[in-house]
This record gives sequence, C-alpha cells and structure tokens, in this order.
Amino acid sequence: MLSDALKETLRGKIAQGEHPREHAVDVMLEIQKRCGYMSDEAMEEAATLLGMSPLELEELATFYDHIYREPVGKYVIRVCDSAVCWMHGHLSVVDHLTSLLGIGMGETTPDGLFTVLPVCCLGYCDRAPAMMINQRIFGQLTPEKIDRVIRRLREEASFDEAE
Amino acid sequence: MHTETISPLPAKGRQLLVCRGTGCESQKANLIFGALKDEIFKAGLADDYKVKFTGCHGLCQMGPTVIVQPPGTFYCNVAPEDVAEIVKVDLVEGGKVDRLLFIDPQSKERVLTYHEMAYFNPQRRIVLRNCGFINPEDIDDYIEVGGYEGIRRALSLTPLEVIEEVKSSGLRGRGGGGFPTGTKWEFCNKSPGDQKYLICNADEGDPGAFMDRAVLEGDPHSVLEGMMIAGYAIGATKAYIYCRAEYPLAHERSLIAIDQATQRGYLGKGIFGSDFDFEIKVKLGAGAFVCGEETALMASIEGKRGMPMPRPPFPAVKGLFGKPTNINNVETFANIPVILTKGGDWFARVGTEKSKGTKVFALAGKINYSGLVEIPMGTSLRQIVDEIGGGIPNKRKFKAAQTGGPSGGCIPAEHFDIPMDYENLTQVGSIMGSGGLIVTDETTCMVDMAKFFLSFTQKESCGKCVQCRLGTKNMLETLTAISEGKATMEDLDLLLELAQDVKAGSLCGLGQTAPNPVLSTIRYFRDEYEAHILRKECPARVCRSLIKFQVNEAACTMCGSCFKACPVGAITWQKKQPAHIDKEKCIKCRSCILACKFHAID
Repeated sequence: MLSDALKETLRGKIAQGEHPREHAVDVMLEIQKRCGYMSDEAMEEAATLLGMSPLELEELATFYDHIYREPVGKYVIRVCDSAVCWMHGHLSVVDHLTSLLGIGMGETTPDGLFTVLPVCCLGYCDRAPAMMINQRIFGQLTPEKIDRVIRRLREEASFDEAE
Repeated sequence: MHTETISPLPAKGRQLLVCRGTGCESQKANLIFGALKDEIFKAGLADDYKVKFTGCHGLCQMGPTVIVQPPGTFYCNVAPEDVAEIVKVDLVEGGKVDRLLFIDPQSKERVLTYHEMAYFNPQRRIVLRNCGFINPEDIDDYIEVGGYEGIRRALSLTPLEVIEEVKSSGLRGRGGGGFPTGTKWEFCNKSPGDQKYLICNADEGDPGAFMDRAVLEGDPHSVLEGMMIAGYAIGATKAYIYCRAEYPLAHERSLIAIDQATQRGYLGKGIFGSDFDFEIKVKLGAGAFVCGEETALMASIEGKRGMPMPRPPFPAVKGLFGKPTNINNVETFANIPVILTKGGDWFARVGTEKSKGTKVFALAGKINYSGLVEIPMGTSLRQIVDEIGGGIPNKRKFKAAQTGGPSGGCIPAEHFDIPMDYENLTQVGSIMGSGGLIVTDETTCMVDMAKFFLSFTQKESCGKCVQCRLGTKNMLETLTAISEGKATMEDLDLLLELAQDVKAGSLCGLGQTAPNPVLSTIRYFRDEYEAHILRKECPARVCRSLIKFQVNEAACTMCGSCFKACPVGAITWQKKQPAHIDKEKCIKCRSCILACKFHAID
C-alpha cells in the first residue's frame, strides 16, 4: 500500500521526535498528502511504523478533523461556521454551495472533486463569510463569488486531467 | 498611531509597503507586488524606491493596501490595474491618487496618510509594532528595527533578573487567563527538572479572534525572540509553537523565521555567544478547538487525543512529556522583547492600575471597519467602536459587544463607556479572552447568539466530562425550544440551573465557561428571552419560526426596499402602496427584514 520511498520518509520523520508517537498526526497528514485519505491498510502500516496499535492510531484519526478515514474530494471546502460568519450570512453560503454542488454538508461530489465540511473558525472574521479550499482562503463570499470559484476549480481540474 | 519602533528608511530612497497578510493576499496582493516592481523599474525609479511586502497592518477590510513611506500615504482597495497610476501620479509627478485614498467615515473627506486616520491614530502599537512595516520573511528587516536586542540584554542578566523585569512590567497572559506572566515563569524556573519545555500557544480558535494569526504572519521574529527570552528565564532549551491547521500562512512564515534565525546562529547551541542552547519546533494542529486549552495542547503534542487533564499538577510542575513546562500565547511573547529593551517600568506606565500595556482586539461583526486594533488597556469600548471602528453600518444602533468568544459574555449599551481591562470586563460578566470583539446591533437576536455559541461549545466538547457533554446538549435543546416559541418560563429557570451544573462539573475551561454567553445574555437581555417565551416574538426578527413574514401596514413607508430585496419575487408593491408578502412564494430568507429600515415586517 504505502510505497517504500514514502515509508522511508516517514521513518525519518518519526526518528526526529523524542517519542515515536509524537509524530503520529504528522505521519497521517503526510500519507494523506500522497494518498488522499487514511484507508484501513494505510492505518495499519502507519501504526506499525509508529510502534502503535491500529486502535491507538484510530483514536487519533477520529479525534482530529483534518484526518480523513474515507476518501475526500480533490478540493476540500471548509466553510467557516463561526460567530462573525454566522452574523454575515453563513447559512446562505452553505445553502448556495451545497445546492450548487448537489451534496450535503460532509459529503463528496460523485466526480470526486469536492467535499464540503464545516470549520469552527478560520480567523478570517474581517472578511466574513469565509471558506478555505485546501490551503487557500476566500472571503466576503457572495453567491456569484462562490459560482466563480467553483467554476475555476472545475476548469483547473479538467486541465490537470488533460496534462 | 504610536508605534514603538518606527521602521527606519534605508539610507537611499523611500519605501513602498505592500501588505501581504492573508486578507490582502487573497485579493491579489501578490500581483500588486509584482506589478509595482515592474512599473517602478520601467519608470527608472528602481534605485529610489524599495518595494517591500509586509504582514498585516490591521485594516484588512480596506485591503489590498499600498503605503508610500514617507509620508505614509495609504492607498486602499488597490487592484493590480491601479499600480501604473500610483507610480505615475504619486512617485513620478508627486501627486496623490485621490480615488484610492481612505475616506474618513465622519467627515467624508479623503485622508492623506495613515497617521491622520481615525482608525490608526488612537492606537498604541507595542505588539503590532512591526506588523505592516517590515518584511516578515526577512530577518534583516526585523534586526534593522531593533530586533533581537531584547534577547541580547536578557542574556546579560541572570534568569531571575529577567523574570523580575517581566514581573515589574505587570504583563498578564494575553491568551485569556490574564495570569501574571513573570510569576508563571518563576514557578517554572523554580520547578525542579533536568529538562524543561516552553510552548507558544498559536492554536487561536476562539470565534472572532485573529490577532495571533496576524502577529505570526506579520512579525514572526518578535514571537521567536520572546520565546528565547522566556526559555532563558525558565531554563528550557526546547520549545514548540503549536499552530492551528487553519493558518497555513502563519505556519509557513514561522518556519521561514525559525530557519533564518537558525542559520544566523540565533537558535541552536550557545546562542549569541552565551552558553544557552535553544531550539524551536513548529507543531501543526489537525483541527480540534479544545487543543487551545493548555493541558489538551500538550497531550496533542505528545501524539495523544487533545483532551484536557485535571490540574494540579500544573504544567509548571508536570507538563509536556511529564517535564516542567511553561505555556504562553503568541501575543504575550510578542510583548516580551519590548519589555526587555525598554524596561518593565516603561511598559507598566501604559494601561490601568492592574492591567498593564496594551491589548490587541479583533474588531468584527456589525462595524464599519473591522480589523485589528491595539489600544492601551483602559480605552473605552465606545472609543473602540465609534471612533476607531467607524461606528455601526446603516445608522443602526449599538446593542452589545461580545468578548471572549464562547467563554465570554456580552457588554450591553449601558456599559458602552467601560474602560476595557481585565477587572472591568469581569465585573460586567464578560472576560477579556483572547481579544475577539464582536459588535452586534439591533438586528442581532441575543437568544440566537447564545444559541450559536452554545452549539459551538457543544460541538467542540471533547466529551470527557458528563456535565459538559450532556449538559451543553440539554441547554442547547432548551435554547432551541425558546427560539421556536415552544418553551415556558420554567424552562428558563431550568436553563440557569443547567448552566451552574455545567460550570461546576467540567474539568477544563471550555466546559467551565461554556454557559457564560447564556448567563450573560439572560442577565442583560432577559426581556428578549421573555418576548420569545411569553409573546412568541423575536424582537430582532431573527428566529425564523417566530417571524410571521407579513408587512405591518401601519409602519410601512411604502418605499419598496423589501420588494427590491426579495430574491424570489414573493413581494408585491406599487408606489404609494404598502408592500405585500405572498406566503406561498416566501422562502423565509429574511432579505426583506434586513432591507427594511422601519422594522415594518413582523
């Protein structure tokens, strides 16, 4: 499942810590970068590398929001549902986004492009309402801006595929 | 604006400062930066002007911004297409690009420089002294404004002398607790142990707070320097910055800063020629609000679930990996270098009797200018909202300010003149918290706001303590019933009782403070709760189950605003006729309510 090269990288990372399990979450994030999510096989192999039982690792995977135990889209959209965004129409952002993509909160589009998740605060309150897509932040959202962003990402994805 | 270090100009020429904080960067600040360099080169001014990118200056709402220094001309909402004009009109012809200047909200006149802006002028910048003026990715820029002088001075003192200096400053923890920083360091210094740890808490998760993000994005070296001084004072050689996953830019710039400091030999073995070793690692969070709590944060660094532990033992005795540990937040650390260079006495002259120095507030919500505001402790809420923040939009009235996020409470209009410091905020039933300041107006329903914060803590509860896990759920159910007009006055008593149970039965700050927004809104806005329960009415017209969505013809001025705002064509209106809402077509989106200035929709 995990390539030998990746395992080697991960071993190096784990060795840097004073305690092996210190890097458990980092290891899972690293695996996700390559494989998208933590499959059962990946969990087992990562646990072995970390000297933990799969159950111990599972405890962490289910605790932290950024660890995915099922496949997520190429673009993970985190919609801020914090106080200031809520005051500035967070609900209509969610409504528009989910109806545009045809999925509910926490779901992934059938083409595997988008997953929509809530996030407790992006700290982007001065440009509320806001969302984060992978590592990029978008603020002062309006239905038109959401349409534009999603359209651009769809184009980017089809371009990536053609490459 | 009073800044503690003014960015000196390079011997040759002037500077163009382009903000590239998260706010401006998402608005194409990178393209503006590139275009400025090109245009200046084309105009033959490359030797006269240095184009520099900086972190956030605080007024993100007007971003992207370009500052021409001197004299400090502040151009707002700049687009890449505007760059050629700025270079031609300002730099070549010596004029100003009028249309990009800031407009004063009171006088409606254009303001030439940021020094004259009502937003910046009353501010006193100690923590944010360099944000917006130096390049956060260049250690030399930080050194040029006096950076790393504080640690040099600290190393010439004994650790206890450093602690005394910090104690004399009166600095208190800026993460929310407000515990005296020097005393906290002393505990850890005196705690026996072969290895000690230092942690910088950058897991800023409180809704409405973003000052730590701005400091790490705009001036990461000041945080590193504060950490070095603290590490020396307590005897820690290893340190962590725990940065939340939602702050990719703050994370990246911390890493760059550590890398640069390490290459200079400022981090590592025997720093600045002393025998003090110090290393800093950055630990990236993975999305869990409760990790901002210090014991949960340490568990998370150790690779465990981020769940709080009972105290005592306190971290100073038994912390990370069982060793004595000191945790402070980003803003606290950013104060430290200034205290060491200017002295604790100097710092103690700013602020009030028991709250020294300044506080950075993240001003947001129903306010004209949202952004970061650093004011001396004791500045009134009125000055922050009306003067610095430019007041409430659409001529609406101030209702309350929420501080301290889900752990805090609200400050109603009757306390609008409150001097903002730790003691006064506690006295009115709120807390300083980490500095989120959310302004609400008459269109905000206080029951709905309490419901919002409680649903937040309910979701983020780690589930360890029964009272927190189930108590917050019960409270939320009761609040929901109130907001739907299905509750009785007995339910209000039950809510107060549950609040006491949750406070008493929770281990950590999250649970102990979760009921605060409910208690505080009941204390000041009991009439709103009673309106929901007894009259089945939401005075702010927010709780949808209680809105009739019908036009009150007596109040309607027949202006047609609601007709224009309705996205589904459910409103019929003709000139000189009151509007009418077709309930079959109405989707209850509240657009008409927000558009109506006369509260004519029930």
